Amino acid sequence: MTTTAPVPPPDASLLRPRPEWPDATGHFGRFGGRFVPEALIAALDDLTEAYEAMRVDPVFLAEFERLHRDYTGRPSPITEVPRFAEHCGGARVLLKREDLNHTGSHKINNVLGQALLTQRIGKKRVIAETGAGQHGVATATAAALLGLECVVYMGEEDTRRQALNVARMRLLGAEVIPVTTGSRTLKDAINEAFRDWVTNVDTTNYVFGTVAGPHPFPAMVRDFQRVIGDEARAQVLDREGRLPDAVLACVGGGSNAIGIFTAFVPDADVRLVGLEAGGDGVETGRHASSITGGEPGVLHGARSYLLQDEHGQTVESHSISAGLDYPGVGPEHSHLHDLGRAEYRPITDSQAMEAFALLCRTEGIIPAIESAHALAGAVQLGRELGPDALLLVNLSGRGDKDVETASAWFGLGASTAPTDGDDRAVEAGRGGDPGAPLGDADTTTVQDGDAL
Amino acid sequence: MTASPSRLADRIGAARAEGRSALIAYLPAGYPDVPSSIEAMVAAVEGGADVVEIGVPYSDPGMDGPTIQEAVEVAVRAGTGMADVLAAVSAVAQAGAVPVVMSYWNPVERYGVDRFATDLAAAGGAGAITPDLIPDEAAEWIAASDAAGLDRVFLVAPSSTDARLAATVGACRGFVYAASTMGVTGTRTTVGDTAQVLVDRTREVGSDVPVCVGLGVSNGDQAAEVAAFADGVIVGSAYVRQLLDGHGADGVRRLSQDLAAGVRRR
Repeated sequence: MTTTAPVPPPDASLLRPRPEWPDATGHFGRFGGRFVPEALIAALDDLTEAYEAMRVDPVFLAEFERLHRDYTGRPSPITEVPRFAEHCGGARVLLKREDLNHTGSHKINNVLGQALLTQRIGKKRVIAETGAGQHGVATATAAALLGLECVVYMGEEDTRRQALNVARMRLLGAEVIPVTTGSRTLKDAINEAFRDWVTNVDTTNYVFGTVAGPHPFPAMVRDFQRVIGDEARAQVLDREGRLPDAVLACVGGGSNAIGIFTAFVPDADVRLVGLEAGGDGVETGRHASSITGGEPGVLHGARSYLLQDEHGQTVESHSISAGLDYPGVGPEHSHLHDLGRAEYRPITDSQAMEAFALLCRTEGIIPAIESAHALAGAVQLGRELGPDALLLVNLSGRGDKDVETASAWFGLGASTAPTDGDDRAVEAGRGGDPGAPLGDADTTTVQDGDAL
Repeated sequence: MTASPSRLADRIGAARAEGRSALIAYLPAGYPDVPSSIEAMVAAVEGGADVVEIGVPYSDPGMDGPTIQEAVEVAVRAGTGMADVLAAVSAVAQAGAVPVVMSYWNPVERYGVDRFATDLAAAGGAGAITPDLIPDEAAEWIAASDAAGLDRVFLVAPSSTDARLAATVGACRGFVYAASTMGVTGTRTTVGDTAQVLVDRTREVGSDVPVCVGLGVSNGDQAAEVAAFADGVIVGSAYVRQLLDGHGADGVRRLSQDLAAGVRRR
């Protein structure tokens, strides 16, 4: 930074008008709020106050924008994918390339904001939960950058599924604590992080990874992520002279989706489509589609849609994508669903993996499996809307972390099928999963069910 | 605050009239199974507990440490539900103690807030403790508990501001649950000064609602220490530890006797 007074860009995302929700106590319609032990209320109040002061502080805004530009590599580009779009009913498809960010996903947008906030409130230690590991890696990165101690809670099951990201976090100097309670996945990692926070709140800030949790996290994380949609809306207008017909994003907790939706919420003609993880299919009960297949309840500090049984116990979610494998969803998504402003659809593991393969083969881009759910949504919606449609898809992350999962799914292991890219060889090597064959990617059979 | 009588406050007041603090025992319904958990609760009463907190098993007990988590996980997996909790409430009332349910909010909301209040009152329950429900979010529960004549216990913590202490105490009926330390449930070697400071601060906001202290008490000596400044001593993990270690109802009864002697020590 220079010694002259910092000047934040006049179009800084954090200065733009926010949606009319949440209210002052964090409610998005009937959702959101604070359902936490009293011991955490003071910390949440402090955080809310510090954040509201920080978001209009020119020094912070200039530093946040500088990190976006010089560290993350923002703005992320828009890429048109015509060969992929041939499978989308002729619709044109534009990708918002959050996969090209430093650390490989949209998660860095949020953690830079929260890490700067941690500095501002004078705390030296950050904790985070992580599912796929992307938020953990981003938090470990920001902690290294700003000299903060970092502890990441990760379900033991996820540490196995995402071993590469565990190694990355440790390389970045973070301590990764495998969580062995409950289902040993993201929801249990969040429980442990809250337990740590309530115990160490004097020294520690909780860097929450998504637009869920108690107020102010859903609103604050949205504000930090809205740069995705603010950029994309201007980029699409600039290159097309019009807005897209639909904006698509995958939804687990829902931060990348809120990030790209927010700028478009006032544009009533733009459809907002969230793609939830359908796992084996919502009808099987083995899925992570909280809005499509869940009911309102309270989990992790907020009221929202969630997967629960008749006793109100959280039901374990299922998805091939660790980043979407969460039984809840951010309260703003529940509200957008109630309002009818956004629609939510399930995408099965098979549909997602087919779209994953399709983007690899047609465009030379390996997406995160999370983002592949949004791509599968584009295939569906493009066919519904037809050749004149313009679709904007948030490619929220890259697939490097998923190479092992994808190799197993497609049977590309070194000891099995040849990996020369021949579709039939790939198909022959598939491990008996229920998905549609990869070789069909060049025909028009991607849509394999009644997921609409 | 309403004028309806409070069974919890009455029982705690009766203990105070004897020159002692009340002993409040926590045990979750459904560990190791429903009948054994009820046996253990009755044993806690026989050993001297004035009040039994009956825990509703929940899959995501964010305020609980490893001991209670371990027991509750078993109860959740076995499908323990509100009907089992209400059976335990009746059994505790019959054994002569005051039953109060302790539940994270989602199981209550799922059961139906009005239905929960009605059924709890019908089963003989005095009210409920809601560890992740703050008064700010509790309009529905406040209305339902008023309608059913139930006590409602919210928590205060060392981090609570004076303004929040006043608002929370104002919303409580029965007693105020003072969480002694910043942290989750579990036994601790010392309960520490923060508990006494919190109790004093809670009383200073000007209320005659009893103040009971939880988090960390595991034996008669600690119970005596807390009884010196609190209206009631809440013990949870130490009871659950008896069951986890296989000491069963007898172990629970012995622990109650030790703690009951502690709250009477002068």
